[in-house]
Amino acid sequence: MKKEDIPQDLSSLGKITNEVCYVTDPNGNYVTALSKGWEVKITANDTAWKDIEDRVNSAKQKVLNKQASPILFFMEKRLMDLSILSAYTGFWKWQIRQHMKPSIFNKLSNKKLHKYSNAFNVSVDDIINMRTNED
Amino acid sequence: MKINFEHKQAAHCENGVTTSLLKNIGVHQMTEPLAFGIGSGLFFVYIPFLKINKGPAIAFRTMPGAIFKRTCDSLNIPIIRKKFRSKEQASDFLIKCLEQGDPVGVQVGVYYLSYFPKEYRFHFNAHNLIVYGKEKDNFLISDPIMESPTVLSSYELERVRFAQGALAPKGQLYYPEKSIYVSDDQIKQAIIRGIKRNVRDMLRIPGPIAGVSGISFTGKKIKQWLDKRGLHDSGLYLAQLVRMQEEIGTGGGGFRYIYAAFLQEAFGYLSNHGELLEISKLFTQSGDLWRDAAVQAAGIYKGRITTQQDFNVMGDYLLNIAELEKNAFEALSRIKWKP
Repeated sequence: MKKEDIPQDLSSLGKITNEVCYVTDPNGNYVTALSKGWEVKITANDTAWKDIEDRVNSAKQKVLNKQASPILFFMEKRLMDLSILSAYTGFWKWQIRQHMKPSIFNKLSNKKLHKYSNAFNVSVDDIINMRTNED
Repeated sequence: MKINFEHKQAAHCENGVTTSLLKNIGVHQMTEPLAFGIGSGLFFVYIPFLKINKGPAIAFRTMPGAIFKRTCDSLNIPIIRKKFRSKEQASDFLIKCLEQGDPVGVQVGVYYLSYFPKEYRFHFNAHNLIVYGKEKDNFLISDPIMESPTVLSSYELERVRFAQGALAPKGQLYYPEKSIYVSDDQIKQAIIRGIKRNVRDMLRIPGPIAGVSGISFTGKKIKQWLDKRGLHDSGLYLAQLVRMQEEIGTGGGGFRYIYAAFLQEAFGYLSNHGELLEISKLFTQSGDLWRDAAVQAAGIYKGRITTQQDFNVMGDYLLNIAELEKNAFEALSRIKWKP
């Protein structure tokens, strides 16, 4: 890529820091230059986030329909899967699958809920009421 | 407590940490392209059965930690690397290093990395940064992808050092054990070794998924994606490919431009090898082709182009790139080194 071709499409990262790119100068020598972002990357990231939002919304609907507990919702909200959630909480995956059933979730002890509260970075109360304080 | 340390921005985190830590112990020759090339950083692998963030596992660079390790090994620099079971030990050891005046490289997860924009915070655990001091409850952080130094509270740093999931850092830290003099002659030898190892990684790993053959394998798979996965999931897969290729830290074109820059710098040390400059141009071409492929991919995941023909064009980009990089690495492997 030539230095004059470096894209400057403002990304969410570009608002915080420019990125270093390696480009060639008119003599063909490599130099570094800063970029605010590239539209192609921004839409790639947007595509990934759109998919996450779809999954979060579908999880939310399942909780409202009483087909799943809020654990599913927060797992999706926090971009986790069963392995990551298992690593953060210390529960086995099969236990988490159980906790995703509303009937079993409703009987969870406070101690267990606290493990989820730490993993998701929200209060126990917020978990039960499926509340998030950001955005 | 603040160590005299110069923050330097880089394209890629591990290159940047390696460069800054080595410069700090007196290896004044070190630059990001040299660290990347001596560490044989260029790679490609596509692991179809492994999923990352629900997308395919694709990497354009060698495994995390390898660049620092190989670069230090090649220059005979002893290193200290430690993982921890307990958070207290991890924190105590870090503070001890800082008290001794050693800036320290630390592996972290980015999901809870507070100064990153939310849009970039996935469960990715192989980010690297340098801790170079502590003031009250804040650790002083030099993150190579940021333009300026930043801070993390002790709680925030502990949280990212003990992030969970694939490649969990387990508090891992590393640094060169002592200051050492490195001669230009050692750099020459390290460059040659780095190039030979990179030739091996790209041309000689058996099986279809890694190196140059991994690129053509992926190209052929892409042509089947529309049939096999449908438009929606194929779009997600291509978006993942582009993110791995271009997102924070690759310097553009899936690290191919950094490698081209490395070959130019290598010529500066090995000036009777003019072919390095010619081969460098091949990697520039390859980086340009990767970026053209990304534009094609974007057309697909934005829903602008959606036919099998568009997937064929996408796949062909990768087949052409594989051919080009094969030629480039074969040319490197044919060099008769005269140091």
